[in-house]
Amino acid sequence: MTFRITLALCAVAPLFGQYTPQLATAKAKNVPEIQYDVVPNFLKLPANLFLGEGIGVASNSKGHVFAYTRSQATRIFEFDARGNYVREIGEGLYGLSFAHAIRVDAQDNIWAVDEGTNMVIKFNPEGRVAMVIGHRPESIDVTSIFTPPTMAVAGKYTLDRPTDVGWDANGNIFISDGYGNSRVVKYDKNGKFIASAGTKGSGPNQLNLPHSMSMDAKGNVYIADRSNARIQVWDNDLTPKTSYDNVGQPWAVCISPGPHQYLYSSNSYPDANNTDFAAVTGEIYKMELDGTILGKFGKPGKEQGMFGTVHEVDCRNANELYTSEITTWRVQKIILHPTAAQGGAK
Amino acid sequence: MKFTVLLALFAGGLAGQIPDISFDSVANFVKMPEHIHLGEVAGVATDSKGNVYVYTRTGSDNATMGGSRIFTHGGSRLFEFDATGKYVREIGIGVYGFLVAQAVRVDAQDNIWVVDRGGSQVMKFDPGGRIAMVMGRKPEAINPGGGRGPAPAAGGRGPVGVGVRGDNFNRPTDVAFDAAGNIFVADGYGNSRVAKFTKDGVFVKSWGSRGTENGQFDTPHSIAVDAQSNVYVADMGNKRIQVFDNDGNFKSQITGVGSPRAMCISQGAHPLLYVSNSNAIDSDEGGEIYRMELDGKISGKFGQAGKQMKEFWTVNAIDCRSNSVYVGELGNWRVQKLALH
Repeated sequence: MTFRITLALCAVAPLFGQYTPQLATAKAKNVPEIQYDVVPNFLKLPANLFLGEGIGVASNSKGHVFAYTRSQATRIFEFDARGNYVREIGEGLYGLSFAHAIRVDAQDNIWAVDEGTNMVIKFNPEGRVAMVIGHRPESIDVTSIFTPPTMAVAGKYTLDRPTDVGWDANGNIFISDGYGNSRVVKYDKNGKFIASAGTKGSGPNQLNLPHSMSMDAKGNVYIADRSNARIQVWDNDLTPKTSYDNVGQPWAVCISPGPHQYLYSSNSYPDANNTDFAAVTGEIYKMELDGTILGKFGKPGKEQGMFGTVHEVDCRNANELYTSEITTWRVQKIILHPTAAQGGAK
Repeated sequence: MKFTVLLALFAGGLAGQIPDISFDSVANFVKMPEHIHLGEVAGVATDSKGNVYVYTRTGSDNATMGGSRIFTHGGSRLFEFDATGKYVREIGIGVYGFLVAQAVRVDAQDNIWVVDRGGSQVMKFDPGGRIAMVMGRKPEAINPGGGRGPAPAAGGRGPVGVGVRGDNFNRPTDVAFDAAGNIFVADGYGNSRVAKFTKDGVFVKSWGSRGTENGQFDTPHSIAVDAQSNVYVADMGNKRIQVFDNDGNFKSQITGVGSPRAMCISQGAHPLLYVSNSNAIDSDEGGEIYRMELDGKISGKFGQAGKQMKEFWTVNAIDCRSNSVYVGELGNWRVQKLALH
């Protein structure tokens, strides 16, 4: 009896325990609003093809858009820069089971991070598998079902519900790992393990659900430490440098390219669909890399231009963002109208 | 003390003497159709014409909630390619026993034999790709947490050790044939035994139990038969290859090649034994493949753990029927065709 109750608590706590109004409310006050437009129904899907939960979105150097969705199967769709459907990538692939994030590197390789199979999959631009990191638990290994994630040993080449991937200028690969392991793992460009850092907790080198991650041009790592309600900045060797704790719970972070980089962070309306949170969440912040807030935009809602639990933000173009959203099953294209004070001047 | 030091020196000297075999890998040898992908490659084998068969774990969404249990179907696929790597066809689409791919082998008559660890079955396809014989029975359902024994989902109906007298396999790993067509099944993760059947599938005998003595196994993971019908068993957990005569009498063992996970014996006048010290899925140590005479004399090694071409990640199958060597990798989801120099 006791055993059963304990198990039940363990199972429920990670799902709901980390949403509190205090954590979700951003500390930053009097943040200027950035005006913006939405491109209505940007993605054109063929008949009989649907997005499910919009989990991941990323664009490549040609402006093509990749959407990673949890539908009946987890699938990757590619669209051109106008939103026209191009193709499906990785159809029926062994590593695709429960989408978490998709990113495109400088060579236009497409990287999918799958929370369900514990794998990070690199597709070349043609859409064929070029490298895999992690290992999908074997389906007959039933004991793995009953091993609580926090008890699993964090391996060099095994991941536990990873969440995101990024690269530095040398092509080193960084993986936020994740729901189970509370760490960031660094590999070289050939997938050879270099280092791992982070344990579960709220200390300076600890993480409590690293949910999203982005790299700046110097190779620093920006980790959305969601349940600690802060963005942590670690250097290229995974040593903590600083953290920003005034933008609510970061669900999705993104750093734009170019000489002046900006950091975007979404304090997403939680997918628990609790309306008590609607008044205090749903906005996306635009920041300098040093944490200075330039402005914010957006609020929760189902209408176009509102945000339904943003799960990933793409900012390859700093003023034309893509958002993927869980609870509204969509990807939106957002055009910002920033003033000079909000980073609009070149 | 002195003895230990001497031994260590001796072992180090031996390892130092193994020459590296230079080799090339054919990049992207197998060409997949646009919307078909390999998953973990558990098995690779060639037939007499050089066609290549790949048995791969591709995953499946087909789990059905039954009244009391979960029933699973699919999860692995068998593909055929021609000698140039061009895709020919899929074999056994939707067949009942394909659950967790473990091995594929082709016999002298070009029948294709599939070993499925999840289904605990060995299936014989004729060259036309139709089922010709079925051995073992797929467990009725995945039943985690309930049922009998420590591994109910794996179909643990037989006791650990020698297994029942028959083809009631428990997570089998490999299959091989002698010149008379007798069938030898490495069985496997659950039953630590080798089971011998006639070419018609009639049970002859089985030998082995879990342990470290001669004739005992700790996960017999691969099996091969030479032209004299001796049986070579890759005793992975015990880090050795055991050699038996055709009736299962222990003859000798080969050590010093790490944990043998995949193995093959080449054909022709001068047969060679290839064996892979495959790296564990979470480790980048090991990964080299040894080439040796059938008496265990090592003539060279090649490869290492890694994700680049000419590197290997958890090799689960080697085919050496022709001059080329094919390796199937669990960790890199690929087949490499190798040319040894």
